[in-house]
Amino acid sequence: MLGLNKNDTTLFVVIIILTILAPFLLNPFPTESTLAQFNAGYPDLMEKFVVFGIFAIGFNILFGLTGYLSFGHAAFLGVGSYSAVWIYKLFTYNVIPALILAVIVSGIFAVLIGYVSLRRSGIYFSILTLAFAQMSFALAYSVLSNPKFNLTNGETGLQIYANDLQLFHRESLPDFPHIFGLSMGSTYKLGVGPWEFQFNVAYYFCAIMMILSFYFAIRLFRSPFGMMLRAVKSNQQRLNYTGLNSRPYMLAAFVISGMYAGLAGGLLAVTDPLAGAERMQWTASGEVVLMTILGGAGTLIGPVLGAGFIKYFENIFSKINDQVLHQWFTFLPDGLENLLVAIVHPFIGKGWHLTLGILFMLVVIFLPGGLVEGGQRIARTARRLMRRDKAADASNVSAE
Amino acid sequence: MDALLLQILNGLDKGSAYALIALGLTLIFGTLGVVNFAHGALFMIGAFCAVFIQGLLNLSYETIDETQKDFLGNPLKVKTPYLENWFGPETGGAIIDWSVPLAILFAIPVMIAVGVIMERGLIKHFYKRPHADQILVTFGLAIVLQEVIKYFYGANPIPTPAPSSLTGAFDFGVLLGFDPNAIIYPYWRMIYFVFAIAIIGSVFAFLQFTTFGMVVRAGMADRETVSMLGINIDKRFTMMFGIAAAVAGLAGVMYTPINPPNYHMGMDFLVLSFVVVVVGGMGSLPGAVLAGFLLGILESFASTTWATTTIPGINQVIIYVVAIIVLLTRPRGLMGRKGVMEE
Amino acid sequence: MAILEVKGVNKNFGGLAALSDVNLSVQEDTVHAIIGPNGAGKSTLLNCLVGKLMPDSGSVMFDGQSVLGRKPHEINQMGISRVFQTPEIFGDLTVLENIMIPCFAKRDGAFRMHAFEQFAHETELIDKSDAILADVSMAGQRDAHAASLSRGDKRRLEMAMCLVQEPRLLLLDEPTAGMARADTNNTIDLLKEINSKRHITMVIIEHDMHVVFSLAERITVLAQGTPLVEDTPDNIKGNPKVQEAYLGESQN
Repeated sequence: MLGLNKNDTTLFVVIIILTILAPFLLNPFPTESTLAQFNAGYPDLMEKFVVFGIFAIGFNILFGLTGYLSFGHAAFLGVGSYSAVWIYKLFTYNVIPALILAVIVSGIFAVLIGYVSLRRSGIYFSILTLAFAQMSFALAYSVLSNPKFNLTNGETGLQIYANDLQLFHRESLPDFPHIFGLSMGSTYKLGVGPWEFQFNVAYYFCAIMMILSFYFAIRLFRSPFGMMLRAVKSNQQRLNYTGLNSRPYMLAAFVISGMYAGLAGGLLAVTDPLAGAERMQWTASGEVVLMTILGGAGTLIGPVLGAGFIKYFENIFSKINDQVLHQWFTFLPDGLENLLVAIVHPFIGKGWHLTLGILFMLVVIFLPGGLVEGGQRIARTARRLMRRDKAADASNVSAE
Repeated sequence: MDALLLQILNGLDKGSAYALIALGLTLIFGTLGVVNFAHGALFMIGAFCAVFIQGLLNLSYETIDETQKDFLGNPLKVKTPYLENWFGPETGGAIIDWSVPLAILFAIPVMIAVGVIMERGLIKHFYKRPHADQILVTFGLAIVLQEVIKYFYGANPIPTPAPSSLTGAFDFGVLLGFDPNAIIYPYWRMIYFVFAIAIIGSVFAFLQFTTFGMVVRAGMADRETVSMLGINIDKRFTMMFGIAAAVAGLAGVMYTPINPPNYHMGMDFLVLSFVVVVVGGMGSLPGAVLAGFLLGILESFASTTWATTTIPGINQVIIYVVAIIVLLTRPRGLMGRKGVMEE
Repeated sequence: MAILEVKGVNKNFGGLAALSDVNLSVQEDTVHAIIGPNGAGKSTLLNCLVGKLMPDSGSVMFDGQSVLGRKPHEINQMGISRVFQTPEIFGDLTVLENIMIPCFAKRDGAFRMHAFEQFAHETELIDKSDAILADVSMAGQRDAHAASLSRGDKRRLEMAMCLVQEPRLLLLDEPTAGMARADTNNTIDLLKEINSKRHITMVIIEHDMHVVFSLAERITVLAQGTPLVEDTPDNIKGNPKVQEAYLGESQN
């Protein structure tokens, strides 16, 4: 279907179904129950899942296929956001032109940065991209926000003010990013018994974008181009002696990957019409690295999983406090309860990053294939056990 | 002329920090071939050694002074550090006052231990893995280390003053025949510079004049051959990791009075230190030191009003611009050896 | 006619002359061997031919065009393929993909943005690859990971990768190094067949005299960076200068 083989089609269909049903699937607990805090089915978080999913899919096209580790991808994310907000400010709240500009501008940025950075490989490439991203951050944070030429509005972040030009804005249109009049902020709430499900326009818009991005990524992975990129990772020297110029391949991969980041950045501005410099900081670049590695670099589904995993725990884990812990362990004797709470305490709430760092290290050390590899290993073990059980059954039968 | 001199002086303290961190990074890269993204965290841990010692020396007991009242009218609680109780207010107070220099004694063994544990416990297992994996695992470690520090000390910068007798400034201008107050330079920054030079000098002397150092240098040049001579090079390289950690840590300890430490200071310095290493030349110790000072001074020049009005924001980006230009025109850096990570 | 013409090539490494005034002329459709003791400059010469090294002076003409200053991929596109001393293959890719990559290079040139095309649709190239795999008797390992192959199979795979491009000149750097005698003989047969069937000119660097004398039509002896003699195998065998410089040395 759609030029995908059987396995990829299955994967793609599963992804579509999951994203469409996400408002149900991520809201398994009734609103009033104590477990409701584990619900992730609210628009704000679901949007983050898909937007950072796109970011990570794009990063994976570069890192997963070619092995070039960019530590500056957040620069493109930020550029995408700024471009989108500028369209809002100058022309219209319609998200289509905003996204188009976001992708184009980040693409141009990626051409410039990629052209320079790709002259080096290995850690030099990582450090170059890092330097470029930090430079962009510094520019956005202070330099480009002087009164004469205020492109980024510095620390406050770029946002829309009442006196902005908004050339094509009409009274009848919503004062929020919209698609041809349908506001991104509008949410339909569906109450079913004690449950409440939220269907948000921005989420579904971003979800469609992610599905498209994912589809394109599958096609790219399975294309001759994707094979060339894997060949770069495997043996660049051989590729050159085989008559292929690895540099344009790398640059194309870098630019595509940067455009994905730009799209994600634009979508961040779709869900919330502002753009800040902190989006470009290298910690943000580090985050997408974490997502991709954690999920499984070089796999199709890994980056999406990683993005979802990190964003879920970032939002949910960080809300857990000692009180909640005491509730959980309330069935234990008091002393044990307090001890457990004390042990868990550093890893939850504000300590979430500690958990993330440890988890990340464990994955890099023991599970270089990320969660996907972990899943595969478990599946293999399960299958082996099942076979053994069957064999045992069979031998029992024959013994009887 | 005096303005020129002032900027050079201003660049020296930051340059010293860059040089010290870059020196450690290069030691690790040169000996073990590992790119250590956790090196900034070592700098930060060093700084928190000073915070820890300051806290330790200030451990106090409370007494209630009936003669004084606080603003609510209750008897005032007076905190007296144990040290003042033991040694008398004067000696005790002086010890507390000198907590930052004293922290050096504490930081050296701690940092060497941290470095050795890090190398034996984690990095050892990554020698054979791709550079990307080394970057990733040390990046993860950096996050963990800074979060641990954040857990204990919070997110806010912690003031860690220099001894009060060293907080003044020195009027360099008078010494050189300029007008008074033309070139004023705080004592502590001067001390930092001298300290950095001393550390750098001793590291170089250690490598140059001791048998241990000689073997390490030989190992940096050709690990295989040295191993074949029956010398246990691994043990020495582990020790070098410890020394590199100590260098970064001491840089951190002494930097605390210049900038109150917070948990993410390491990351801020790390990015710049990498740039320094790259500019200096991957694997070149003199290159790292030279580039550290040069870039520090360059940054200081770019921060002058003249520079920032000519090209707005030049101070923010100058180092990156230099790094990019150097990498593209002279990939092996100022003093890098040919063939080291040139591709 | 001479397909490869090397004239007056010099290469110094920091004052050490690796090649000095090397002249070499390889006739089309022949097997030309370059032999010489270790350090004679054989590999340096090869590296100068494929764009890895730039000679300090001299000229290297392939089919009337200079190859100097061109990038490795450009030189390959001119029709020169190379087999390395230790097999250079794409370890993470399957055997079929390893063959497909040179097929794409041959058909589409040094770069083409086929990001939205489907690998499975390239039936023509896949058939071509399958045919070449059958030729080197590796059809059974078509979907195996290249890294998992035995050393001998890796070498055959690399050879197939070069052959599928139908190069006009094939450079081989010790193609039988570290092989058992039986494998060596197989390789000799394979190379003979390639030369006779496909009319590919070969330049071969080899230590194993058995291989050299069963394959080569012309032999150049290199010693200390300079060509000593160039002649037919029979004359080389009897040449006292060569005996002294090379064969004699190895017999001691």
